[in-house]
Parts: sequence; C-alpha cells; structure tokens
Amino acid sequence: MEKFDAIVVGAGPSGNSAAYVLAKAGLSVLQVERGETSGSKNVQGAILYATSLEKIIPDFREEAPLERHIVEQRLWMLDDRSHCGTHYRSDTFNEERPNRYTIVRAQFDKWFNSKVREAGALVVCETTVTELARDEKGKVVGIKTDRDDSVIHADVVILADGVNSLVGQRSGIRDEIKPEHAALAVKEMHFLPREVIEQRFNVKDNEGVVIEALGTVTMGLMGTAFLYTNGESLSVGIGCLVSDFRDSGTSPYVMLDKFKKHPSIAPLIEGSEVKEYAAHLIPEGGYKAIPKLHGDGWLIVGDSGQFVNSMHREGSNLAMETGRMAAETVVALKAEGKSMTEANLARYRKTLEDSFVMKDLKKYKNLPEILHENRQFVTTYPNLLSKAAETWFRVDGMPKLDKEKTIFRTFRSGRRLRGLIGDAVKIARAWR
Amino acid sequence: MHIVVCIKQVPDSAQIRVHPVTNTIMRQGVPTIINPYDLYSLEEALRLRDQFNGKVTVLTMGPPMADQALRKALSIGADAAVLLSDRFFAGSDTLATSFALSSAIAKLSETDPVDMVFCGKQTIDGDTAQVGPGIAKRLELNQLTYVEKIRAVDLGARKITVERRAEGGVQVLTTALPCLVTMLEHTNTVRRGTMADMLRAARTEITVWNAAAAGIADIALCGLKGSPTVVKKVFAPQPRKEKAKMIEAAEGGDIASATVAALFAADGRLEETLFRQTGA
Repeated sequence: MEKFDAIVVGAGPSGNSAAYVLAKAGLSVLQVERGETSGSKNVQGAILYATSLEKIIPDFREEAPLERHIVEQRLWMLDDRSHCGTHYRSDTFNEERPNRYTIVRAQFDKWFNSKVREAGALVVCETTVTELARDEKGKVVGIKTDRDDSVIHADVVILADGVNSLVGQRSGIRDEIKPEHAALAVKEMHFLPREVIEQRFNVKDNEGVVIEALGTVTMGLMGTAFLYTNGESLSVGIGCLVSDFRDSGTSPYVMLDKFKKHPSIAPLIEGSEVKEYAAHLIPEGGYKAIPKLHGDGWLIVGDSGQFVNSMHREGSNLAMETGRMAAETVVALKAEGKSMTEANLARYRKTLEDSFVMKDLKKYKNLPEILHENRQFVTTYPNLLSKAAETWFRVDGMPKLDKEKTIFRTFRSGRRLRGLIGDAVKIARAWR
Repeated sequence: MHIVVCIKQVPDSAQIRVHPVTNTIMRQGVPTIINPYDLYSLEEALRLRDQFNGKVTVLTMGPPMADQALRKALSIGADAAVLLSDRFFAGSDTLATSFALSSAIAKLSETDPVDMVFCGKQTIDGDTAQVGPGIAKRLELNQLTYVEKIRAVDLGARKITVERRAEGGVQVLTTALPCLVTMLEHTNTVRRGTMADMLRAARTEITVWNAAAAGIADIALCGLKGSPTVVKKVFAPQPRKEKAKMIEAAEGGDIASATVAALFAADGRLEETLFRQTGA
C-alpha cells in the first residue's frame, strides 16, 4: 500500500510552495493536481511578489519565466469620461532584485511545478481528489481520487485546493464559499508587439506598468479593474463580488467591455489581438471568512483558506507564504518525531498569526463590509472628483475663489456635509 | 508476450494557428499530445497484455521533450518506455523513421523477444500511414493494417486473426506471429490509468537511446541524410474569393424552388444540361 509523509492537493502557488519545501526537506511527497499540468487551470492578473518566492527559491530570477518588473503603479478613479488618480514611478524599482513582476501563470506555474519535481516530489496530474480518507477516529489518513477506489495514505494532507475548496467541502471540513466572500474576475490577454507596449507605457527593456482602477466602470458594483503590461501582451480585467453580480444581473463581460472602451483605456489597447479569455473566483471575504485551518492530519493553505488581501491586491504571495509555513510546520513536527494531530498542527496557526499574513488580514477585517455597504465610493465620488478636477483645471475667466466655492458646493450637494464626514470616518475605521 | 507500441508526439492540431501574414504554421506554444490514432493501438496492446500477462513497451523517436508523451502512455498503463533521441535523427522522413524505429525494436528483441508491434493508423501531422508498414517490411513482420477488431490470438500456435476494414467490406485475416498491427480509430475506448499506474508513471525512469544504443551502425540511413523526401513548399490554400449567398424564399414560396431558381440564374448552362439529360 502506498504511503507518503505528506500529500499536497493542488498545484497552484500554495500547493507548489508546500510540496517544494516538504520535498526539499527530504520528506516523501505526493502532489495531486486536477488539471492537465500545473497552471492549466490557474488564473491570476498576474503580479508576482518576489519576497515570498525568494524565501522558497532564492535564485528564482535566474530561470523563472517572468514578464516585466514593475516600475510604475497607477491608481485611477474613473468616471465615464475621465480618470483622476496618482502615479508612482521610481527608478529605485529598477533594482538588482526587483520586488514585483508581471507573470503569465500558465508558464510560471509549469516552471514552479518543475522545481517541485526536481526537489523530489511525485507529481500526478489529471487526477481529481474526491475526498479525504479518515480512520475510525476521524483522523485524516490520506486521499481518495476519481481514478479508482484505492486510498493513498499519508501522515498529513495539505489542502491547496483553491478558492472553492471542493475537496474540503466534500470532506466536510469547510462550507461552500459565500457569494459575499468571493469576487468573480474576468480577464483578457491582449497581444501587442513589444515596441508598441514600450512606447505606449513609456518603458524600456523589461520595465512594466500596473494600472488599478475603480469607479463608475463597475456600474455601481463594488470592484476594481486592472491593466498589467506583460512582455508582449496586456492583461486587462475587472472583478466584482459574486453576490453583487447576482443581485444586479450585470454580466462581467459587459463590464469588461465598458472598461476597454473607456477613453483612458481604449488608446492603450488599440490594435491588440485578444488571444485568451479567462474567469476565476477570488476569495475576498477577508479575515472574518477564514475557515478552520487545521485538524487531525490536515492543513489548509492559499485561496482555500481565504488568504487574499483584496485592499492591497495580494493573494499569490500569501498563497506561497501559507504553503511554506504549513510545510515548515510539518517538517518541524516530523523532525521532532511528533504526530500530525490537531494539537500539534496548531503551530501552523500560531506561525500565521505571528506573520504579516494574519496581521494584514486582521487590519482590514472590517473593510469588506464597509465597502459593501457604501457604494458611493464607486458611484458618487468618481463623478465628484472628476467635476472638481475639471473645474479646477479649466481656464475660463472664472475667479479662483468662485471655483473653490463651486467645487465645495458640488461635494456638498453630492454627499452633504454629514455624508462626507461619515465617509471619512468609515474609511479611517476600516483602515485602522 | 512482449508488445511494442510505437507512438508519436504531435502538436495538437486543434490548437495550431496559421500566421496571418506569412501563412506558416505557428508551432510556438502549441500544446503537444500523443498522436490520437496511436492511443487505439496502445489500448489494444494493453488488452492483450492483460489477457496474456505480458509486457507493453512504448517507443517513440523525437526530441528530449517527447518523454512527456511516453510518460503519458505509462500513466495509461504501459509497462516500459524507450525514447530514441539523437541529433542524427533530426529531419527524418518516413523512410528514415521506420529504419530507426525498426532498429530499436530489433534491439529490444535481443533481451525480450517482441511478439507484436502496434502503430497508429497514421499521424495527424504527417498523415502518410507509411511508418508502420515501413517497420513491418524492415523487420519482415506480417502486417495487418486498418484493423477493426482482433478476433483471437493463439500464443501456442503463434497465430492471430483480425478483422480488417477494406474497400467494400471487411476482411478476416489470419497470420503468424510476430506481426505488426495498426488499429483503426474508435475501435476501442482508451482506458484511464489507475492511481497505481499514475504513481508508477511518475516514478519510471524513461530509457533514452541514441543511435548507437539502438544498434544503428550506419547513421547515413538516419535523419536528413537518410531521407529522400524533400519538402518543396508549405503553404496555406488561399481562401476563395466569392462569398456565400443567402437564399431566402419569396413571400408564400418554398425555399427549394428558390434555391433551384437561384442555381439556374447563377449558371444558365445548368438548366439546359439538366433538361437534355432528363430528355424533357
């Protein structure tokens, strides 16, 4: 009968990180992936945050398929005709070991998984884990797959089974993700020659630009849009909460179309050829939506554990961090000769709490609800801001004092003084 | 019973794109698959293996990345895999390919005599259907192509009886082992490997042979040198200039009459010819 030290379910960033760390430490590891290859079913914007991967594969830059390192970040508020926002560009980001890269996940994940194999893990693709196998006391002792009735045994199973955590659900260790806790994001890959991208975004070599936008483009729904520069393509996408799509009846592709036609976006993607359309769920419930993360013989990592910081657009890095921490917990317990009981595996939870992962998610624990209940941030404010900027910049003989009064009046008629102060307080509270 | 199944890694033709300007095939980034026709032969070989408790070796010739195709075949249930890979093999046509493969099969036979060789009916990238018969000829195997069904194999009498689809009917053929079989598509359902197969496939070392290891002494018979076929030109046919016409029935009329009228209107001679033929 087959028995491994650990089984990892899933080959996304969290699963690959966990499997790599376990295999590197010399444990016998089986990784099971549903897709044809690692990355064939995975979707992300996608930005790679270097630090989290560096902790696992320090010299990844030498061989990982990376698109562009980011030197400029644009945050835009959009109304229907304008954008107003901030750009931050710094030559400091042209460092020896850049901090953020755009990547194409289909290629990146394949590479990451090849490292997992090199490290010595056994990787089996095109196989769906149906459920966790338990002993008579309820301890998880392995997995069952859709290939046959056999049970593959392991001391511990790490669930990196993604946002829906279908294996976790079928095994009764977590509930179905709530529509309020998941965003549905859609994305297109627009191919453009390298030189065109470099001209349009004012970059050279492998420099890249990121645009994050919110405003009326989401048609009253809470969500954000993005445009990332890859080597020879642009990733253009938009995402909103599933519950909002459900209640409004708006379709994601209608919204994406609106974003692509926006006068600030259209010239950037003009003449491109769309080669890919993808959609995926993103767990955005934050700290309060995090399920139970460990039990007798099992651990949960990555999207499956709701590890996404929607405010800072962080997810794949948290996946890598949690995958690594779970694996390190298992490696340490193994070295100490301890069994994979719930009490012993609680060390994973403790490690998480002490790290930036949980600290950040805790910091924004109220944010999802506050944003959900205050749509004015994507409806009223973009218009107010645009009107104010337009009034301020237009030279038309109106005395500046009158301009200031007009701007203030617009804001007051838009939100009233109490509303404005209330919104400021809400944001401050959510931020705290 | 030792069965060798020859497979080929091919670009997934469903996902190949033609460059809009140069009209050349864009191979970059196109996923590769096992030639679909080969899978029916693999399945048939596995069934015989299961029945007679034998061994199935999958064999392919290609670049190092062709090991993916072999690993896939192992995960479906094959027992061993051999990759023929050498720069001398580059540019092989069907003559050179069948030479290299038959040399490797002869080499395999030295340690474990081969009773049957299976090939796909043809590949989806070359479509020649020449390599299987080429191997049979070189190894002096009886060849059974376009087989629909294997009726019986008698290992004691070293005999095989198959149903072969031919023009105008089905032939029932009996011949002596060893033999070479190419299976028709959709003649069986390719199995999904068990978890044990998957684990075995992930663990199996794939044997890689260069020309020398495959027992090939004369490399002039390999690759481009051993290939008399010359590719003169590759092109995509020009799209037709004329556009499709929509034919709609007039108010109260039927679509058939409208179609006939439109055909006659398009070519006046058509009506005349038709009436002459029918004698009307």
